[in-house]
Amino acid sequence: MLVLVEQSLNGLQFGLLLFLLAAGLTLVFGIMDFVNLAHGSLYMMGAYFAATFVAWTNSFVLGILLALGATLLLGIALEFIALRHLYGRDHLDQVLATFGLILFFNDAVRLIWGPAGLSLPLPAWLTVPVQIVPGVFYPAYRLSIIVVALAVAALLYIVVMRTRIGMLIRAGASNREMIGALGINIKLLFTLVFGLGAALAGLAGLMQAPILTVQIGMGENILILAFVIIVIGGIGSIRGAFMAAIFVGMIDTLGRAFLPDLLRTVLSSAAASTAAPALSSMLIYLLMAIVLVVRPEGLFPAAKR
Amino acid sequence: MKKAFWLAGATILALAQPALAGDTIKIGFVSTFSGPTAVIGNDMRNSFELALDHLGRKMGGKPVEVLYEDDGQKPDVGKQKTEKLIQSDKVDFIVGYIWSNVLLASLKTAVDSKTFLITSNAGPSQLAGELCSPYVFSTSWQNDQTPQAVGTYMNQKGVKSVFLIGPNYAAGKDMLAGVKSTFKGQVVGEEYTVWPSQLDFSAELTKAKNSKAESIFVFYPGAAGVQFLNQYAQAGLKGQIPLYTAFTIDELSLPLQKENAIGVPGAQQWVNDLPFPENKKFVEDYRKKYTGLRPTFYGAQSYDAANLINSAVVAVKGDTSKKDEMKAEMEKANFKSVRGPFKYGNNHIPIQNFYLQDVVKDADGQLSLKTVATIVKDDQDRFHDKCPMKK
Repeated sequence: MLVLVEQSLNGLQFGLLLFLLAAGLTLVFGIMDFVNLAHGSLYMMGAYFAATFVAWTNSFVLGILLALGATLLLGIALEFIALRHLYGRDHLDQVLATFGLILFFNDAVRLIWGPAGLSLPLPAWLTVPVQIVPGVFYPAYRLSIIVVALAVAALLYIVVMRTRIGMLIRAGASNREMIGALGINIKLLFTLVFGLGAALAGLAGLMQAPILTVQIGMGENILILAFVIIVIGGIGSIRGAFMAAIFVGMIDTLGRAFLPDLLRTVLSSAAASTAAPALSSMLIYLLMAIVLVVRPEGLFPAAKR
Repeated sequence: MKKAFWLAGATILALAQPALAGDTIKIGFVSTFSGPTAVIGNDMRNSFELALDHLGRKMGGKPVEVLYEDDGQKPDVGKQKTEKLIQSDKVDFIVGYIWSNVLLASLKTAVDSKTFLITSNAGPSQLAGELCSPYVFSTSWQNDQTPQAVGTYMNQKGVKSVFLIGPNYAAGKDMLAGVKSTFKGQVVGEEYTVWPSQLDFSAELTKAKNSKAESIFVFYPGAAGVQFLNQYAQAGLKGQIPLYTAFTIDELSLPLQKENAIGVPGAQQWVNDLPFPENKKFVEDYRKKYTGLRPTFYGAQSYDAANLINSAVVAVKGDTSKKDEMKAEMEKANFKSVRGPFKYGNNHIPIQNFYLQDVVKDADGQLSLKTVATIVKDDQDRFHDKCPMKK
């Protein structure tokens, strides 16, 4: 039972991290109708900035805040310089251009930081396990990811649902031309949304950095999962991204945790331990396929256009 | 326009013209030079280049030309690059291969064309057994050997039970099978993770913790080894459940693993401080030529591969058409290996010592690997009986 609690926390933590990445992607895709493959590069840049700034300032918290700001600025600059010229274009053009950006960022990182990768060490107070219920110890850092991500989700909900900016963002998602016609500076709004998305991706990257290593191409595998999440959740829907990310995180982790033992009851031990990891990584895509068949608009679609 | 076309055509033809056989020794080198594990490929290339420098960039009096190809850590790409090197570049030797799954995919092409293949890392069990070939030599080991040595060491330490974690591909399966074959205690659990995409091991660590095993054994080469050690430490398992490793801590991962690697033992057939003159020369010159870098076992094996090839080419005085003579020469392992002298088994896999290595602070205050003890002497892989070649 306690194992289930711990594994669920693992799943929740992974899911929330995916949510941060998917939220930015779904905002940009849903509101600006822009396919951004370079979202994973912003995730990578967040991690590299964090590793650099933490080493510079010798303070984990300060370094991370600086990195967050830097990714936000990078996102805004990227939108201003390159991406705003692509809004009117076909999705295929956008895919091509942003794929080019992935290559650009990978090589820029190789030039600046070298090919070997960096590490982002945690301060001592985050490396100790915490007892959450009697008998269950959980890594403090993973717990703090859960707390931060939940706080960001709540903040995002308040901003989108309760503020004027949020109202404009939602209006932009339902009908872009109309809010432009009503005299809203849509260009500025888009720059803002893109910057927000970049900062969220950067946050996901820098929070993941101490668990993984900071390395070139780290955003590419996880970006696929983020796309799966926005398809499952419904494009443009923050609530959908949240629910779908937690689904995906849970399915992935619990699949890895319990599928091998389940399979061992029907298959030989060797076959089960080989098949289980393959099968558990397939589950997510299976879920996406089912959602696409049953509800092609996603589980929690944004308001209709 | 038409003229330009002709010109382009002529240029392509000129380029495609195969080099006249016999004027250079052509070596193809397949390794990973892009993506997160490119650092390993770079280390192999650096060491191979250093070996060529030491050989005066000539073998048997002929200049050496090396063509490096990137497999991107993907079996299908590795196979394509191997085909290209053999069929269109017509190389005399093909070297490299970090990953067992890449090597297994590429093997048939090399063997069918009777091109000598020197694996300077990957050692899948199939290659030592039923897939062994007169044209394939290893300057590394068979995958099971290193973890077998770790298992033996765990017996010496009196470890009663272990939880095994490794990646779900050819080498991962060999590694875990290797520990199981020598470890006398109980194996309470065995987990395979998706390779190379899975980088988060929280579910596996939780299972290991709850299995009440006395120890954990892992095999995670490259950056995955950094990630595993990070997460192992963050889960508070350090000091609670001791970790034993194979190919998880090396000179490339150590600068990122830092304190997490201290006190985590591993086994290896080559360590930078082995007291052979060739090894001292290799390590010192490597650090001189590539400032800020240190050679790894991947590099040491590639350095040996260059010298093994040289021994064969010298024996036939540069006439690489004499394949049987080159094969006979290579079977003698007649060169100064940086790991010290070794012999080849019937399957062309080295029979060699395995050492216990530990992480220490060296004279420069930098973390480095150190030989602590010899775990096994003259160890031969456990698949050589399945190889139809006889000595």
